[in-house]
Amino acid sequence: MKLQQLSLFLENRPGRLGAPLEAIAAEGINILTLSLADTAQFGILRLIVREWDKAKRVLEEAGWVVNLTEVVAVDLLDRPGGLAQALKILEGANLNIEYMYAFSLRRGDKAILIFRFEDPDRAIQVLLDKGLHVVDGDELMSFVS
Amino acid sequence: MSVSIRHSAATTVRYPIWDPEAETRPRPELEALQLERLRELVSRLATVPFYRDQLTHRDIGPHSLRSPADIRKLPFTTKDDMRRQHPLGLLAVPRKALARIHGSSGTTGKPTFVAYTARDLETWSDLCARFLVSGGLAPEHTAQVAFGYGLFTGGFGLHYGIERVGATVIPAAAGNTRRQIEIMRDLDPEVLICTPSYALTIADTARELGMDPRALPIRIGHFGGEPWTEDMRREIEEQLDIDAYNNYGLSEVIGPGVSGECPARAGMHIQEDHFLVECLDPETLEPVAEGEPGELVITSLTREAMPMLRYRTRDIARLYREPCACGRTTTRMSRVAGRTDDMLIIRGVNVFPSQIEEALLRVEGTTPHYLIEVSRPSTLDEVHVKVEIHPEIFSDRMDRMQALCERISREIHTVAGIRAHVDLVEPRSIERFVGKAKRVLDKRDLTDQAL
Repeated sequence: MKLQQLSLFLENRPGRLGAPLEAIAAEGINILTLSLADTAQFGILRLIVREWDKAKRVLEEAGWVVNLTEVVAVDLLDRPGGLAQALKILEGANLNIEYMYAFSLRRGDKAILIFRFEDPDRAIQVLLDKGLHVVDGDELMSFVS
Repeated sequence: MSVSIRHSAATTVRYPIWDPEAETRPRPELEALQLERLRELVSRLATVPFYRDQLTHRDIGPHSLRSPADIRKLPFTTKDDMRRQHPLGLLAVPRKALARIHGSSGTTGKPTFVAYTARDLETWSDLCARFLVSGGLAPEHTAQVAFGYGLFTGGFGLHYGIERVGATVIPAAAGNTRRQIEIMRDLDPEVLICTPSYALTIADTARELGMDPRALPIRIGHFGGEPWTEDMRREIEEQLDIDAYNNYGLSEVIGPGVSGECPARAGMHIQEDHFLVECLDPETLEPVAEGEPGELVITSLTREAMPMLRYRTRDIARLYREPCACGRTTTRMSRVAGRTDDMLIIRGVNVFPSQIEEALLRVEGTTPHYLIEVSRPSTLDEVHVKVEIHPEIFSDRMDRMQALCERISREIHTVAGIRAHVDLVEPRSIERFVGKAKRVLDKRDLTDQAL
């Protein structure tokens, strides 16, 4: 049920974001979604890609420091209160969200969000128990292709 | 010898001499006094095991010395020796005879301690009074001290020197520039004591506050604690409309008070009745020709608590022995033109790159690739420590990455006493060297060839 997310360390200066993206594009790897957290001095680029192991290898060989993290994709009703409802569930179960970001595509009336939890396994259990839909890797891939 | 003097006033003013007997002693008398004190020193050193062993080994006693030049028979003392004798192994008096203990940067996490007896403190105040008066401090003046008060010798040394002269002292201490300016406006001090770069910061801040820095009450500045240039002097004098005087000292031998300028500003007069200063080729350890640059090696002739025998300062300067227009007979030294080791002076604080390395070693995974970058973007020094990121310390979580930067910065502050910016950088972005890595990039230009 969990997705593999790649994180890269980038210095916050012009041109630094393009280089890793070009490196994986050259290998024909498509980015499903990404998020960028940054300070004035550096940034952390997080990527969800189809062939994460290949992308990791390509990036590492090109000299980037890449971190592999398990994240959880959840699809939620794309209407007011959809996210609030999910957050209420997580809060009720005392699940800590490290960070989250939205998936770039929608599926019908659903929006997909990526969550980084301290404890992803327990988060998945809670979400499933509450009747939310956790999107696994294969499903995600079939949906974007 | 090139001497650049801006103020016509500085060449014509005649300030009184604080201790005419000591400062204008005929050379033969001065040298006889030095020899006498050097012999006494060698006798006193017999109480310190570190020195006793070396003197016994060389079979040297007070009577081996027939002129001050015979000091060359005596062994050197280095910062490493001080570290090995940490904390107070070099004491020449019983612990209970100490009146105060100061400290300076060690090459690693531990400070180097320097101890004073009550008489040492008396001497020190007197030596500071000498250079303060030679640069215009008068009993009717008020002096604002913007040096740190603490283990650092700058604050307390100058403080008691000002009191010794009979002037009024404002112990404003370091930092909080707006408050410094408010105090100046309220209390009208004529004299400012701080690092030269801080004097420029005061001028900048005054302008930011919409004031003309030249309208501030100060007329004289005594600056030290870090290297500076004639260009900086001109800048400070122009911006603040003051006469700026240079002074020199190092805590290992006493603190400020080793030497200071007179109005001729043709070098800093060395207080030779208390310090025997040699200028040696750092490689051969032979004396350089007069006026040539060499490493200053200082023997404290009169220190009771912790005398220093031929202390290798690692400071590069020149010595001038011809008589000075001011009437003092003492040898003068040039500005410090560099170091023979890698010590940095950051906002007046001595920092060794090895201290930064030690701080990084305390944070797992932050060595081996780092670079210390020192710059002076406007008036004050800034340090950026660049640390290459690698898998062990990289996290996808921003809070962890920021916590890492803060932790490194905190460790650097603990070990080296400075605030450094920590820049995490991409892998392999720091230049690799075959052999010894270059760890420091100092972008400041702090030396010039003039005095």
